[in-house]
Amino acid sequence: MGKLWLSVRRHLRTWVQLCFTALTNGYLMGFVKGKIWKGQTKALCVPGLNCYSCPGALGSCPIGSLQAVLASRDHKVSFYVVGFLLLTGAVFGRFVCGWLCPFGLLQDLLYKIPFVKKLRRLPGDRWLKYLKYVILTGFVIILPLTVLDIVGQGQPWFCKYICPSGTLFAGIPLIASNPLLRSALGWLFAWKTVVLVALLFLSVLVYRPFCRYLCPLGAVYGLFNPIAFYRFKIDEGKCTKCGLCQKACKLDIPVYRKPNSPECIRCGDCKKACPHGAVCSSLSKKRPSAPVDDRTKEKGEETPHAD
Amino acid sequence: MAFWKRNLAALLLLLLAIVLIAAGILTGEAEIVFRKAVNICMECIGLG
Repeated sequence: MGKLWLSVRRHLRTWVQLCFTALTNGYLMGFVKGKIWKGQTKALCVPGLNCYSCPGALGSCPIGSLQAVLASRDHKVSFYVVGFLLLTGAVFGRFVCGWLCPFGLLQDLLYKIPFVKKLRRLPGDRWLKYLKYVILTGFVIILPLTVLDIVGQGQPWFCKYICPSGTLFAGIPLIASNPLLRSALGWLFAWKTVVLVALLFLSVLVYRPFCRYLCPLGAVYGLFNPIAFYRFKIDEGKCTKCGLCQKACKLDIPVYRKPNSPECIRCGDCKKACPHGAVCSSLSKKRPSAPVDDRTKEKGEETPHAD
Repeated sequence: MAFWKRNLAALLLLLLAIVLIAAGILTGEAEIVFRKAVNICMECIGLG
């Protein structure tokens, strides 16, 4: 029991991710029967990217729900899903990505697999990180709203052509356990499998490629990072700008300069890495300390470099 | 009080979110989400 508790404390984030994934995907019979949960909880959105066609899913994916409403005949604005995104974003920001998203958990686990060479970022990262905003506006909003069939209904373009979470957590389990669905396989499933396999392989090589470059939900939550209830701040009195926080950050964010970068998933590695305890959250009750110059003078230390 | 001052923007967004969710429920959007989510989404699983 003591060992288990120690492990939970040491790997708190992984445990939270596992528990939350299990909690929001708790309909285990769905995996056995090849069916999905049809209870009332499906009217509610879960915070992370969690396909509602996953056999275990008890709630709805916010990105899938947004497209479902925008693509419907009667609604061209979604108060309900936008309200939900605002609510989650205002409280957590991208904390959701780091702690509550099942596809984020999968990428975290894949990155733990040893590989010949791990990359800090993909070539073209500077521009690639904006791709998720293009996907959000194009595939999640504009295309479902504007490309309509003869009855005035659109399609969920992101889910259909990109979402690897849907392929992995919904497509593969349903197709494996439902012969009727298996008989309908075609080029679209092949395409989505290619996207999924490419992303899974990239996840071994580079930390969270889907979250960094493609995820429209991360793009939305990232915008809330600077104002959310849960945000980071730098205690200027303690920060020496040594850059250890950036070194520890697997997303390569200069935390000491941009503690609320839209790319930050709040994993907390920077907080652990800072030897001065200068990175803290808006909810912590630490008091600002004396300016670092005074303290370094007292100790006779050299003032570390600025970036 | 200081907490709410520090988090004024988040608080306002939170209130707006609650209003929007209520509006969404009244206009039947929650029903659309529910209907979509309780049927297998063929596009999501790569079948159509």
